[in-house]
This record gives sequence, C-alpha cells and structure tokens, in this order.
Amino acid sequence: MAERYHSVRLTDEKCQGCVNCTRRCPTEAIRIRGGKAQITSSRCIDCGECIRYCPGHAKTAVTDELADLKKYKYNIALPAPSLYGQFSVDIPVRAILSGLLKLGFNEVFEVAHGAEIVSLAIRDHLKRKDIPRPAISSACPAIVRLIQVKYPELIDHLAPFDAPVEVAARLARAEAEELPGLTPENIGVWFITPCPAKMTAVYQPLGAEKSNITGAIAISKIYPALLKVVTAELQDARRQASWVGVGWAVSGGETNSVGADNVLIVHDVHHVANVLEQVALGKLKDVDYIEMLACAGGCIGGPLTVENRYVAEHRMKQRISRKKMEDPKFGRLPRTDYSEFELGVAGRRAIEPKPILRLDADITKAMNKIEFMDRTLKSLPGLDCGSCGSPNCKALAEDIAQGLASMTDCVFILRKKVRDLAYEMVDLADKLPPPLDKNQEYEEKEKC
Amino acid sequence: MTPEQGLTLEFALTGADFNSAGEASSKIKRTLQLLGIRPDIIRRIAISAYEAEMNVIIHAYRGSIRADIHPNRTEVTVADEGPGIPDIELAMKEGYSTAPDYVREMGFGAGMGLPNMARCTDKFDIKTEAGVGTQLSMTIYH
Ligand code: SF4
Ligand code: SF4
Repeated sequence: MAERYHSVRLTDEKCQGCVNCTRRCPTEAIRIRGGKAQITSSRCIDCGECIRYCPGHAKTAVTDELADLKKYKYNIALPAPSLYGQFSVDIPVRAILSGLLKLGFNEVFEVAHGAEIVSLAIRDHLKRKDIPRPAISSACPAIVRLIQVKYPELIDHLAPFDAPVEVAARLARAEAEELPGLTPENIGVWFITPCPAKMTAVYQPLGAEKSNITGAIAISKIYPALLKVVTAELQDARRQASWVGVGWAVSGGETNSVGADNVLIVHDVHHVANVLEQVALGKLKDVDYIEMLACAGGCIGGPLTVENRYVAEHRMKQRISRKKMEDPKFGRLPRTDYSEFELGVAGRRAIEPKPILRLDADITKAMNKIEFMDRTLKSLPGLDCGSCGSPNCKALAEDIAQGLASMTDCVFILRKKVRDLAYEMVDLADKLPPPLDKNQEYEEKEKC
Repeated sequence: MTPEQGLTLEFALTGADFNSAGEASSKIKRTLQLLGIRPDIIRRIAISAYEAEMNVIIHAYRGSIRADIHPNRTEVTVADEGPGIPDIELAMKEGYSTAPDYVREMGFGAGMGLPNMARCTDKFDIKTEAGVGTQLSMTIYH
C-alpha cells in the first residue's frame, strides 16, 4: 500500500516503549518493536488519541509555522470556531480575529461561515427520502477515515459534503482572487486547527482532488503569539459569522445548526466506534442523523488546543448565548441560503473505502491464518496486558499469524518457557553418567 | 482446513440475554473482514445474522448461531428452542411483530426481522414448530 501522509508522528528519542498508546489507538495501528512505538500508516486515522495519552510527549503533530506565511504575498487565516474557546468570553471574537491580522495575516475568514453553509446543506440532505439512514456527519476527518478503514460498508451513510473548513477555504480563496494583483499561487490559505486530522486532510483531502487550504497551523502553536496581541479594546470591524456556525466548536453544535431533532450526538472516537458497530449491524435505521466527533467534547477537545476541554466548553456555551442575543443587533444573522459553488458540489468525488483488516489477498490463506490465530489465541493468557507490544492478546495472535511477532513476545509464555527449561536443567543436572552413579541399581547386576 | 470445509464459527445464545446481544454477529462480521470479503456483502451477512440473533434473544429460551464461511459463500444457521412461529406467512409480512412490549420499548423487535433477512440473503429457509422451536438457514454468496 502506498505511504499515506500523516500529521501524527513519533519522536523516537522520547518514546519509552510504555505501551500506553498501543492500547488507546482505535484502529490498533501502533506496535512497540525494539522498544519504540511504530505506527502502521495504512491504519492511522490521525485522531490524535496517542498524542493525548503519551506520557512522554513522544507523539506530535506536524503542522505549519507562522514563518511559512513569508512564502506568500497574501495570507488568509481560517480560524476554527474552537479557537474562540481558548480565550475568556470577555474577549470578543472580533478581537481574536484582529489579533490574527496583527500576526501578519492579510485577511481572516471564519470557518464558521463554512459551517453555516454545510449546516443548510445537511438540512436539505436529511429531507431526502432516498438516502441510507442514519446519515452520518462528515465534518470530522478522523471519523471519515475511521469509516474508510474499519467500517467501509457505511461510506454511503456519510453526508456527501466538504467539511466546513474546506468550504470556507474555497470562498476565501475565490474572494482573494478577485483582488487586483493576486494570482492563485501567491495566496496562502491557513487553517488554524485544533487537530492533526484536519492537518492531514489538507495534504490528503477527503472527497476532493486538491484542497484549497495551503497549510494548517496548530492552535497550540499560534496561541502564545496570539495571546500577546489580542486585546479587548478597539478593534477592526470585520464581518463575522453568526452563532450558528460558531456553535460547531462544541459537540451538539452541528446538530443544533442543522435543526434536526431525531439525531444522535456521539463524541470520543471509542464511543463513535461502538455506535458505528451498531449501525453496521443494521440498527439505528430509525435515526435520521448522527453527529460524530473523534474528540471528547468536540473540537474544543482537540489534541492541539491549549485550554482544558471543560473550561473551553463552558466558555463556548457562554459565548454562544451572548452571540445569540447580540448578533441580531449587529445584523449578523444566520445564513438562509447557499449556492452549489459555495458548497463545492462540482469538485466532489466519492470517498473510497480503505479496508485494513484483510489478512491475505488469497481467501484460502486468510482462512488458514484465522484458524492459526484462533489456536494461538487459546494458548495466550488472555490478560490483554499489552507487554508484548501489541495492543491485546488477539492482536498479538494476528501479528504472529502474519509473521510479525512470535509466541515468546508474550512475557507469560516466555516465563513459562524459561521455567520449563529451568526444570529440565535441574532434571538433567541430577543425571550422572553410569560410572559415577553409585545409587543406581541395575537390573542387569542381579541377573549376573 | 480445506477450502470445502471452510471456517465455522459457532455461538450459544440465551433468551433474554440482552447484554450480549449482537456479539455473535459482530464476531462473524469481524472474521469476514479479516477474510477481505466485499464490504457490501459483509453488510448483508451482518444484518441478517444480527436480526436472527436478536430473534432468539427476544423470543426463545436458548439457541445457537453458526456461520459456515466458504470462499464463495457464507451459510448462517440459527436454531432455537422456543415457542416457534405460529403463522409464518404473517411473520414474513413487513411490520409484523410478536415482540412483547417491553422489548419494543428497548427499540428491538420492530417487526422487520424475517422479511429483512429474506431480502438480505440469497437463500432463505425457515422451519418452525409451535412449542418446539425455529430453525433458520440463510446463504449469501460472496
Ligand atoms: S493518531 Fe489515532 S489512529 Fe493514528 S496512531 Fe495515533 S491513536 Fe492510532
Ligand atoms: S473532533 Fe474536531 S478536533 Fe477532534 S479530530 Fe475531529 S475535527 Fe479534529
């Protein structure tokens, strides 16, 4: 399989081989080999769980830097709504947007604008009678990838729209291209991102040939600089998205904006996997829509944010109820309409399945491997301790069947082997060659 | 193993044991994924196995589900000891359900069972005897 681009990487020197990440990874993509974690590229969905749980901070996300702005003449920042949750409610969104301008961006275009458009599109989509139900949100790229690799049979449940950030990027870019003296090559469009999944989506777009986004800068990376320049005072007045789009930062926000009520809201990639399993068994057909987000709490819980997710959630909620009251006064009303161009209908291509579980291209061989795995699994202790470097006993059995590990990687099997060997040694040590063995009685003697 | 024998997975089912409902079907599905069977076919097998599994849990005292996986097909056999189905023709109509109210409140037994299974499978056969039990066999070609 061709190497895929991934934002989640491992800093080898920092990895202690502690196995924490292997057990958190929802696709069992990580193994410890030679004392270091290794990520299997085809399995990784860039959810960032491993970043969150690595005690040594050995897992990082590669994102772009502010310095990369220099490569372009005109730079646009696309702040994710979750950015606003990093600041106290007394700092208005306008102040945060102005802060981004002070850091060197020429323009700011809120991702929340894109979210408003996508919300309307989903609302229309759910009115259709001919779509497989439940429809599933495609806004979180980690979830789209989870479906591609582990639940490929559910791909046609995904809402067939770009994520809000891609919609926002297309609009921001189109606007900039109208400006005198600018060509597509000298416009940089930068997503201020809460997560590595979206970083990856820039380099490996889901459902589009090429992304309109130039790069992504982690919220955690830009935050220190932004904090210095953001002030609550006098700001450039800029157009702003309404509370509808901004609400997407928190789980449940998308559903709110779509305005559907027969909906499930599921967040945290492990819970999401459980619910997808149910959908795969044909349950939940009477549900219209499932909002699914890989991070607990939604994007405010993204691994590249700085603020504690409960704090951020509280702030976002306050911010949104304030905006609900104030927005209409300033004429910031939710969108009521969108065009096919805005939604990017033309550039859309189908999301392809990328199943990862197949053991062998030859089905008979795969069957033999399954039988072998079953036998192996029966002789493993079943403690799922992970000390072997595979996430659980079953995964080790699979690794052994694939020739990637051996029985003695299990510490308990190893100990048993050592003990058996030790007994055998003691046994052997007791044995003496006949000339020295005075106690031994020989039947032959009697016979003589 | 020879290709003709295929792989066999078998699970015991207990009536009213909603805690493990769906586990057998999930395991069958997972095995099919390991074999690299096409996703849309896996989906049909998983859905029919799940419906059958649930029927045993909802209506019967005990039973078993068995999947015989061959390179070109999967056969799912579900047998139970239970009340049987009094009127098969009626049970094959969409929307018909004999599930007790408390089960329906849990969101199961909406009455899509048998017709759904028949639709998802290439061969569908059902034998039932009132007061004794039901036996289902379904085949889906890969
Ligand atoms: S990013 Fe997610 S899928 Fe990738 S290795 Fe880390 S935990 Fe696993
Ligand atoms: S929930 Fe949001 S922050 Fe987390 S992975 Fe998905 S898109 Fe990224």
